[in-house]
Amino acid sequence: MAETLNIERFELAEGERVFLRGASGSGKSTLLSLIGGVLQPSAGRISVGGQALDVLGAAARDCFRADHIGFVFQLFNLLPWLSARDNILLACRFSPARRARLSQMGVLPQAEAERLAARLGLTPALLERPAAALSVGQQQRVAAARALIGAPGLIVADEPTSALDAELQARFVDLLMDECAAAGAALLFVSHDARLAEHFDRVVELADINQATVREVA
Amino acid sequence: MNTIAYLGWRSVLNRRGSVLLTVLSIALSVAMLIGVERLRNDARDGFARTVSGTDLIVGARGGQVQLLLYSVFHIGNASNNLSWQSVQHIAALPQVDWVVPLSLGDTHLGYRVVGTTAEYFARFRHGDDRALVFAAGRAFAPAPEGIFETVIGAELAVRHGYQVGAKIVLSHGSGGFADHGDKPFTVVGILAPSGTPVDRSVLVSLEGIEAIHVDWQGGAPIPGVSIGAEHVRKFDLTPKTVTAAMVGLKNRVTVFRVQRQINTFADEPLTAILPGATLQELWSLVGVAERALLAVAAVVVVVGLAGLVAVMIAGLGERRRELAILRALGAGPRHVLGLLMLESVTLAVVGILCGLLLVHGLIWMSGGWLTTTYGIYLGIGWPSLSEWGLLGAVLAASVLASLVPAYRAYRYAVADGMTIRM
Repeated sequence: MAETLNIERFELAEGERVFLRGASGSGKSTLLSLIGGVLQPSAGRISVGGQALDVLGAAARDCFRADHIGFVFQLFNLLPWLSARDNILLACRFSPARRARLSQMGVLPQAEAERLAARLGLTPALLERPAAALSVGQQQRVAAARALIGAPGLIVADEPTSALDAELQARFVDLLMDECAAAGAALLFVSHDARLAEHFDRVVELADINQATVREVA
Repeated sequence: MNTIAYLGWRSVLNRRGSVLLTVLSIALSVAMLIGVERLRNDARDGFARTVSGTDLIVGARGGQVQLLLYSVFHIGNASNNLSWQSVQHIAALPQVDWVVPLSLGDTHLGYRVVGTTAEYFARFRHGDDRALVFAAGRAFAPAPEGIFETVIGAELAVRHGYQVGAKIVLSHGSGGFADHGDKPFTVVGILAPSGTPVDRSVLVSLEGIEAIHVDWQGGAPIPGVSIGAEHVRKFDLTPKTVTAAMVGLKNRVTVFRVQRQINTFADEPLTAILPGATLQELWSLVGVAERALLAVAAVVVVVGLAGLVAVMIAGLGERRRELAILRALGAGPRHVLGLLMLESVTLAVVGILCGLLLVHGLIWMSGGWLTTTYGIYLGIGWPSLSEWGLLGAVLAASVLASLVPAYRAYRYAVADGMTIRM
């Protein structure tokens, strides 16, 4: 198999907000799949929140992803036939750990979903609508709420703003950063668009850390 | 598991259009399968219930199954009659306890007229040795008083609202050509339902049959001759021939001996049958057709399940995004496999249940018609053991079928991971 990624070392500190810039085809999806535990590296080690992923089986990695990582994608983050509220709560349905953290905090998943949605500027009326009936900007905020609910340690955002116009982009990034900070989650923000980089603690060029000679064609 | 069930349910709701059609096609195929099975079992039950208490049935020389069908079940017609002398000869055999002759051929509004003796009501047995019961009235009186008296079956009475005292006119043959309008019969008795062809019969005395044919010859009224009902009693109304005779023996052990005696009767070629044995012969004949019908029904079920697989697979293309989202949320490939299997199997189960409802609805609506037209009583109730077997087989087949889309989704889940492909 052709080598796609060859990264000597890349890490995020707890609660750190990192902008990872990479053009499409630079191996971004592969990197995110590795962090999510969907793919396994052929060599080397990946740890998330102190847990080495390579020692876990496939099912355990799926559980770990559900419990500790929140994903926000470029588009199509939501199940179109569920309401916005049910889409947010879906993250808790797959993760006992997220439910446990919420009950430790003394909140019900329902209440937390409403609180997050309100902070992200979603009205209660919007929450009852099917996801398919929401605008792209609203969908991305629902996706952010779903990633954040139950306080996972890491939020991974994969070009979450590319479908939004410039004004909405900046607003969305700010919202996401604020909520990550409030939840104490680290944020790995992946984008090709360097204009958004100024908001972040640290900016990393994927091309700089990736020493692979053959590039993924996506 | 809860989450999977919840997602499956919501996803199915979202695709209810195609899903409903799929469920409908499975329901129809299951209804057909169960319908065929119930038809054949209930038909057998019904036939078996009718033959009871009669040791031998005697008719003119001919096919055994044919004799059974026309004498007991009123299906088809006799090609030949047996003479009254032969009937008397059989009745005189030392082993014979009783003989009830049957004279068939006429009808009333499509219901068969059975000419017989009053002993018929005492000798006819159905089900577990149950005798006929009068719901109203009495048996027809012996000739000459009872010549134009008749006892009718429960169904005829209910369908046409006949009460004791009603006058009915018999038609010659299967009806439509000529009526015996000059000699109406008076209903003197109505039988309680028995679930046998008797319910659809008009029972009259043998003398009554003779009387209405006194001025007939070769199947048509003799031109210019008309003998009124009041004069007919002057004629000798002893029948010359009858269609068949039911025979009861003093001791059942002698049945084969008597059968052989009748079959080798020198004066007239006769056939004597054991009703139970002949019924078995009939089933072995019909069995081939039954199995073919069942096989066709099974193929239809397979087609229904193939439709389910096609709908699920067609839906998968659009659902790859959905699967990627679920993967990102922590669903493993096995969850995806479970989700798709659960969906398919649930649809199949709903289809099976709808099919059962459908078949019962159809039985409920068409039961009366089936009974009058074909004499088959279909019961509404829990599936029989063999039907449970068929339903189990359909369910097992649907689980197998569900593996096809589920495995495909599993492969997508593994290959795509969280990457959203379109």
